[in-house]
Amino acid sequence: MRNTFVDQLCKEAKKNKKIWLLTADLGFSALEPFMRAFPGRYINVGVAEQNMIGIAAGLSLSGYKVFVYSIANFPTLRCLEQIRNDICYHKLDVTVVSVGAGFSYGTQGYTHHGLEDVAVMRCLPHMNLIVPADPLETRAAVSLLCTHNGPAYLRLGKAGEKNLHTKKPPMKWGKAIKVTTGRDVLILASGSLLGEAQKAHDLAKDQGISVAVWSLPFIKPLDKKTITLAMKTFKLIVTLEESQIDGAMGSAIAELIAEQRGTKPLLRRMGVPNTILYNAYEQNDARKKCGLDARSLFIKIRGHPFFSQI
Amino acid sequence: MKHTKQHARNIRIKVLEMIHQARASHIGGCFSIADILAVLYTEILKFNPKKPEWPDRDRLILSKGHAAAALYATLSEFDFFSAKKLETFCKKNSALTGHCNYKVPGVEVSTGSLGHGLSLACGMALAAKAQRRKYRVFVILSDGEMDEGSTMEAALFAPHHKLDNLVTIIDYNKIQSFGLVKTVLNLEPLADKWRAFNWGVQSINGHNHAEIFSALSTLPLKKDRPSVVIANTIKGKGVSYMENSLAWHYRSPDDPLFQQALKELEQS
Repeated sequence: MRNTFVDQLCKEAKKNKKIWLLTADLGFSALEPFMRAFPGRYINVGVAEQNMIGIAAGLSLSGYKVFVYSIANFPTLRCLEQIRNDICYHKLDVTVVSVGAGFSYGTQGYTHHGLEDVAVMRCLPHMNLIVPADPLETRAAVSLLCTHNGPAYLRLGKAGEKNLHTKKPPMKWGKAIKVTTGRDVLILASGSLLGEAQKAHDLAKDQGISVAVWSLPFIKPLDKKTITLAMKTFKLIVTLEESQIDGAMGSAIAELIAEQRGTKPLLRRMGVPNTILYNAYEQNDARKKCGLDARSLFIKIRGHPFFSQI
Repeated sequence: MKHTKQHARNIRIKVLEMIHQARASHIGGCFSIADILAVLYTEILKFNPKKPEWPDRDRLILSKGHAAAALYATLSEFDFFSAKKLETFCKKNSALTGHCNYKVPGVEVSTGSLGHGLSLACGMALAAKAQRRKYRVFVILSDGEMDEGSTMEAALFAPHHKLDNLVTIIDYNKIQSFGLVKTVLNLEPLADKWRAFNWGVQSINGHNHAEIFSALSTLPLKKDRPSVVIANTIKGKGVSYMENSLAWHYRSPDDPLFQQALKELEQS
């Protein structure tokens, strides 16, 4: 996702001379193409995230479209107040990009686990929040961001992920993407856990359970219309994300369901259960430990009362 | 400099009225920068009150956003909006909030949380360079604000990128929120710190209009480098019972104290 992001940003920057890229001293063997192609619109500000956001705001107030880059929690939580006051308060055209979503840097320890960012960024006024599932969604997201004006947060995985979509997804601003169709259960997945949702779909199919899988790259704005319609169709909605469960995408869906009238589907939220992993785990192992793998997902679905007869 | 004295006095009187009416705080830190604002707007800054967003205007960021009353009073004094509007300060549904609000004509950015202004100014100064525009970016910091790590981040950045169009003015009134600067977190040697960071540095009496004018009309203070003017000021300057008093970071004058302050300012 990381390399796709840089590649697409270079393409956009060729067309749009207002695009700048700032980094807080990270992006080795990733940002170089932009750095070489647009040296006048690239700055490594040093290890200084708060300053980076302020500079981005100053540039944006002067008419530029700015992307700021770092990893894990550094461009979000470290400089949260700058994002709140400088970017969101002034409604500026700045996109915060963070690489290392969830447990991408699982073995590096909790400082590098990007888990609370979605909940925190979601509640900021004017902020848009995009969590692509694969390189194809990432490319489309960068493209959409370049036609959009305003604060945004782009949460990326790492380098080298495979595409989960078989073809270019129909990505539209604020819209869910229907990946597989199904009748009984709807899995709403954000980020690269979409892959686990797809596998769970296959496991469930073998057991005669029909599962629809949607990718939800836009956590804000949320595709409320489509998801509200889905509430009438599905018995069970499962949200799946690599974030602390409190306040993140699953919470957004819970809020939406809770405020609807009439019959409602059951909701199960799957995320990191408000916990800290103190030991080293590769991403896949960390996911299993937190019950975010396809098997755990399938068990959660099968254990639902509706399917206990099957 | 005759006009600047008149403007400074008017700014102080307006601030006094606003803060008294609104029962607001921060009058001491407003009075310490009144002379700096008067000289800046009379002699130094390029602006057009009829076109507050004129692209070539000089930018002024009041990073110590708690002194918003002083900036609003100044903007009114220099015709960005009527003095009548100042009466709405901190009142229901007014854009004139207690900390700087960019929705007010002439206010470049909203501030209020310390340590944001210098980074914003760096971004604007960088943009001016990239766009080959001649405008300069002025930012007024409080002394307490120097405690913020983000101020230090920006202080490193500006000289590295040769932002000679950036001017920092430190309102060094030597009293921060909860005590004397030298007892809370000593900044000295302050000028040496900025010199070591590779800024052009000048220390002045921040109430002496000739000194303010002289420092700000010979910019940059060092070739290819940003400038910092350390303005030695007095918190509460202009009203005898407020001067050098921590209490007037918080208090709002009651009617008798208001009358006394008004009298002192009118006779100054």
